[in-house]
Amino acid sequence: MKLTKTLLAGTALALVAGGASAQEMADEMTIVSWGGAYQNSQLKAYVEPYMEMHPEVSVTWDESSAEAVAKLRAMNEAGNITWDLVDVVAADSIRLCDEGLAMEYDPEDLLAEGDDGTSAEDDFGDLLVDDCFIPQIVYSTTFGYRTDLVPEGADAPSEICDIFDLETYPGKRALEKRPINNMEWALLCDGVDKEEVYDVLATPEGQEQALAKLGTIKDDVIWWSAGADTPQLLADGEVFMGSTYNGRLYSVIEEQDQPVGMMWDAQVFDLDGWIIPEGLDEAHLARVKHFVKFATDTQRLADQAQYISYGPARVSSAPLVPEEMKQHMPTDPANSGNTFLYNYEFWADYRDDIDAKFQAWLAQ
Amino acid sequence: MSDTTQTGPIPDKPATGDETGKHGEMLSADGRSLKSSLNRALRRQKLRALMLIAPLLIFVLVTFIAPIADMLFRSVENDIVTNTLPGTVEALDDWDHSVGEAPGEGVYDALYFDLFLAAEAKEHTKLGTRLNYEQTGLSSLFRSSGRGLDDVGDDYLDALEEVDERWGEGDFVYRLMTGTGPSETGFVADRVRVLEKMTSETLPGDVGFAPSEEIRQLLPATTLAYTDFATFTALVEEDVVAEEDPWEAVYVGLIEDLQTADVASYSGPEAEALQAAKAADIPLVPLKQFFADEDGDWLDPNVWATIQTYSPKYTSGYFLNAVDMQLTPDGISMRPENQQIYLKLFKRTMFMSLVITGSCILLGYPVAWLLANLPASRANLLMILVLLPFWTSLLVRTSAWKVMLQQQGVINDVLVWLGLVDDMNRLVMINNQFGTIVAMTHILLPFMILPLYSVMQGIPPTYLRAAKSLGATNWTAFWRVYFPQSVPGIGAGSILVFILSIGYYITPEIVGGTTGTFISNRIAYHISSSLNWGLAAALGSILLAVVLLLYWAYDRIVGIDNVKLG
Repeated sequence: MKLTKTLLAGTALALVAGGASAQEMADEMTIVSWGGAYQNSQLKAYVEPYMEMHPEVSVTWDESSAEAVAKLRAMNEAGNITWDLVDVVAADSIRLCDEGLAMEYDPEDLLAEGDDGTSAEDDFGDLLVDDCFIPQIVYSTTFGYRTDLVPEGADAPSEICDIFDLETYPGKRALEKRPINNMEWALLCDGVDKEEVYDVLATPEGQEQALAKLGTIKDDVIWWSAGADTPQLLADGEVFMGSTYNGRLYSVIEEQDQPVGMMWDAQVFDLDGWIIPEGLDEAHLARVKHFVKFATDTQRLADQAQYISYGPARVSSAPLVPEEMKQHMPTDPANSGNTFLYNYEFWADYRDDIDAKFQAWLAQ
Repeated sequence: MSDTTQTGPIPDKPATGDETGKHGEMLSADGRSLKSSLNRALRRQKLRALMLIAPLLIFVLVTFIAPIADMLFRSVENDIVTNTLPGTVEALDDWDHSVGEAPGEGVYDALYFDLFLAAEAKEHTKLGTRLNYEQTGLSSLFRSSGRGLDDVGDDYLDALEEVDERWGEGDFVYRLMTGTGPSETGFVADRVRVLEKMTSETLPGDVGFAPSEEIRQLLPATTLAYTDFATFTALVEEDVVAEEDPWEAVYVGLIEDLQTADVASYSGPEAEALQAAKAADIPLVPLKQFFADEDGDWLDPNVWATIQTYSPKYTSGYFLNAVDMQLTPDGISMRPENQQIYLKLFKRTMFMSLVITGSCILLGYPVAWLLANLPASRANLLMILVLLPFWTSLLVRTSAWKVMLQQQGVINDVLVWLGLVDDMNRLVMINNQFGTIVAMTHILLPFMILPLYSVMQGIPPTYLRAAKSLGATNWTAFWRVYFPQSVPGIGAGSILVFILSIGYYITPEIVGGTTGTFISNRIAYHISSSLNWGLAAALGSILLAVVLLLYWAYDRIVGIDNVKLG
């Protein structure tokens, strides 16, 4: 079965490829992204260059990535998909792929080879977390702190457990209003080995342990829900330290010149990338495929790193990243001494359960 | 209308005895009773009025009522389990979870074929997500098991191909399965319906395959698997059945069937190959064993109990969840204490909405009184001040409160500067209930002032003067004469403010922290983040019911006629 299927698929591909050149491509694309500095980096790195090469194409942006899964589900139920390309985090891609809302694709067919000749599959490697996800960047959730509020006589915080050290570092902390990441950090600082964190977190006792550890600082935490909250709280001096995405901290430090420092310890890596919604008509699909091949090639992903401090998802892009940007990348060896990778499988299973406990704990 | 005005009780010619019927009934000019004539006219009038509002009515029905009804329906809907695993649910009927043992072989056989079809249609992960709301770990159990289903069939196919090369060929299996003699078209139609239910799509068209009755009797499991393969290939992938390689599940079914089938007496197409396959005696891997190897959790009776508990088409599970209870195989029970949250949030939402309504009355009443009693020119200026924030974006107003109330904010800075508050102990006024109440009171204040103002404007100032001239003190005149007349305005304002605040979302989200959030924040979370729409719908239904209940209670106590918006 498999052989014939491959053969048939191959023939079909050849036919599609043969037909593609003659096939009409739609002239408009609706791209969904996060807005802000990140969307701007996409615009500069590949959307504008693409539109220069193909002046007939017009692009509409929709800044709905935060609600992408819910909205795609609703669109699918209504039978009217109005998006052509959607930027989502990897966990959302897995959910969309599970629900059949994102299109499965073949990396060798859809994505360009690396500049150094490596196949797309090898170039992206493990970052192809499911059959639908087209990775763009690696970002991390990490901590920033006010350099001017470090208590006299104390060193600047440099370890994850400094969050829980209210004696040395008094002041408020900003943490995300969800269990993901916080529970892991709490266990790490409660003496659990890094390798065993998820095993422990899978047990009710481990979840209690993590909440108990978070309980030691609960009164000093401001819980955030939007990525812009922590930079704002840091800039206002409302909190001493807080977690957020590293790109947000980069713009607070480098572009707004705030007295904020980065603490890379135990940063949690996560991925962001494209998915193509299932059920596009042929003309739109052809356009999107054409665009994606361009937008995720080695040079374009490296270009994106000029505008925002997120690591390109291709191995082959890394050498092309500008030198002055490298030090701000979460993947830079100086920053990635101690890292965590978002455990998609674990959180897909335990999200509902732990979230219920976490929210009940918050409301107490 | 015209005939009634002419023949009504006030016509220009006086009513004569002729126009009064036998029983003293009034008759109109055309001899009918006045009552029916009037009714007819009124009916026409009502119809015309209805036609005038018809566009709005249809608009509201289509864009508002229907989607809400559809959304609320999700709070009980649960047909995904039976639609995705129809055979398994049926086989599970006889199983009793209280024995504490995994079900027998039959259930695992049914599960394999159900799951294979579901995996091909990519529906099994949806089911996993659904069941994961009830039991942690089922999401990955379904996802990973869906991937491994091919393996066992591949092994069988290799063994079969050693006996006869043709086993892997589509047209060979097609000939074998089609057989001769009368065919089972009804069975194919049944399987098409199963597939339609699973994918929630209508699949028109011809499958182009039907097994013979003889084959179905001889090889029941194979027939089931092959028919599923045929319907899926023909209707979903739109390929020709005979040209495609059969699914691995077909070979799993075949080896199962060959254990017991009496193929020696069969004489249809490819009978020899079938007999040769039987003679080869390919060892059977029991499917229970296969699932146990895939993931040990499949032997866990709790997994099966969850599937069984949630197999009915409608469930009370979401509603129970929404009131901190749960539906377990042993009946309904409270959730563990560390997971109880919704009742608390409902109570908090009620309490805070009441406080906000109360603060709005306290702050709004004097302002409305001023507005109604100042000279027009100054009242207009004041009115603009009331309306100005009303016209400002909600987000801007909420963010402004953030700037005002935060610890490094304006109010704290002023208090520290005045020396009223120590710099190290600045007041915490935001990210808690206080912040939510302040911000929401400010935002909702116009909804209280405007109805109050229009009611107060209708109260003649002479009443107060009359009361005073009769010797009432200022307070008595206000309390006994003025206030009772302004109550309808308070009622209208309170209903508006209370109902608006009970469903408020964005302000509590921004300034509420952990202690100032409302139930609507959890509803939003389940709609957009956890995607548990059933639970969100149940929470929404309860909120709607509570609002209607309060409205009813208000009507009973105060009387809805007493509410005046102007």
